[in-house]
Amino acid sequence: MNRVVITGAGTINALGHNVPETLAAMREGRCGISDLEFRDVERLAIKIGGQVKGFEAEGHFNRQQMTLYDRFTQFTLMAAKEAVAQSGLEFSGELANRAGVVLGTAGGGVSTWDDNYRTVYEEGKNRVHPFVVPKLMNNAAASHVSMEYNLKGPSFTVSTACASSNHAMAQAFQMVRSGMSKAMVTGGSESMLCFGGVKAWEGLRVMSKDACRPFSANRNGMVQGEGAGVFVFEDYDHARARGAEILAEVVGYALTSDAADIVMPSKQGAARAISGALTDARINPDQVGYINAHGTGTAANDKTECAAVADAFGRHADKLMMSSTKAMHGHLIGATGAVELLACIMAVRDGVIAPTIGYEEFDPECALDVVPNEARQANVEYALSNAFAFGGLNAVLALRKV
Amino acid sequence: MSIKDKVIEIIAEQAVLEPSDVSMDSTLESLGIDSLGLVESIFAIEESFDITIPFNANEPEKSDFDISSVATIIAGIEKLVAEQSA
Repeated sequence: MNRVVITGAGTINALGHNVPETLAAMREGRCGISDLEFRDVERLAIKIGGQVKGFEAEGHFNRQQMTLYDRFTQFTLMAAKEAVAQSGLEFSGELANRAGVVLGTAGGGVSTWDDNYRTVYEEGKNRVHPFVVPKLMNNAAASHVSMEYNLKGPSFTVSTACASSNHAMAQAFQMVRSGMSKAMVTGGSESMLCFGGVKAWEGLRVMSKDACRPFSANRNGMVQGEGAGVFVFEDYDHARARGAEILAEVVGYALTSDAADIVMPSKQGAARAISGALTDARINPDQVGYINAHGTGTAANDKTECAAVADAFGRHADKLMMSSTKAMHGHLIGATGAVELLACIMAVRDGVIAPTIGYEEFDPECALDVVPNEARQANVEYALSNAFAFGGLNAVLALRKV
Repeated sequence: MSIKDKVIEIIAEQAVLEPSDVSMDSTLESLGIDSLGLVESIFAIEESFDITIPFNANEPEKSDFDISSVATIIAGIEKLVAEQSA
């Protein structure tokens, strides 16, 4: 088995249009959630979200690309550009033949579906643009990344709702660890903040109208976000040999299924994923200093997640720190694990723990150190990133300081 | 604008050329328009003239619409527009 390190990171999300901006916002505990801006927003009951503002695709992409790229693909390409540039890798020859891109998304080109349903249903037109299908398909982003960077190995898209990115990154990790590839591009992207996308979520009645307050007794639901996070996972020896900057090491993961309910989370399923990641990484529970929680701010998730952490860690649960950065960037659904991995990198590399902002009232069912409201300095050797999806599909990744 | 000029304008835009660079005997291939560019051009022409062009990308040669040159495309569209207004 080969060691796997992260040599590039990129993002665009409500906190920033790149990694330095995003990490600065996380350190400052800044909230990126704001009033949603798009057509027909006045017909929604939920009018806030972690929307990417001030991003104009024009200028980044040419006219032909603009007609082919849904917003989720645009986000992916922006994040991939930052990540690949930081890694310094150029994909050619045998490296390119075996390197691929594995990305997560829950909805793919949601706004392309939305816009074109409007055209045929609301406006009654009988003709749509020929690129609707290549634009909305869930693998569009992965395919465009493969074309942009000459990645000719295994590439595909994983769709496991809110765990999509973590499932995707687990796959990429496994490919590098097993020796199948020297480097993989991985992460996820989501862009559901359009009328149809938010309306669908409203139906579940789990959305907050005012703020995301994970683990706080007065929490009243999740807030959606959008954006992308993309990383370069690389074989450790390969990275060392070329003198690449190493951001963190990926040391293990576990994937579990609750096999129980399509929306309600399970303490057992989550705890098995956490314990499984520790076993895979060959670390003891007391070596973990930080967990980036799934922490959606719903009543069900937060108490279940805290109970799962208590089960998996025993007495050490009271000593570790666990924060949810969703209060800052919103829930990026299929991209959320990718953006949240940045908080884990910041913890192990910089010794800065991103806070859970919006925390107001202690909840005895969430009685862990959730790093309320202000970032903290701490020396963290190992960090975990939790993702627990609708449908009971769980994915936990483990990172180590390098 | 005549049908001919409008079609040439659409094809030129797709090929990222000036309309003056598009001649009646140009082929789409010679203009650098690939299969995606072709379906996009057909979409733009349908939108402009509010017509439906009988074109199936799987068997272009069997379609009742000749795309072998700019001239045949224009002739086909003139016929469709005439049928529609008849």
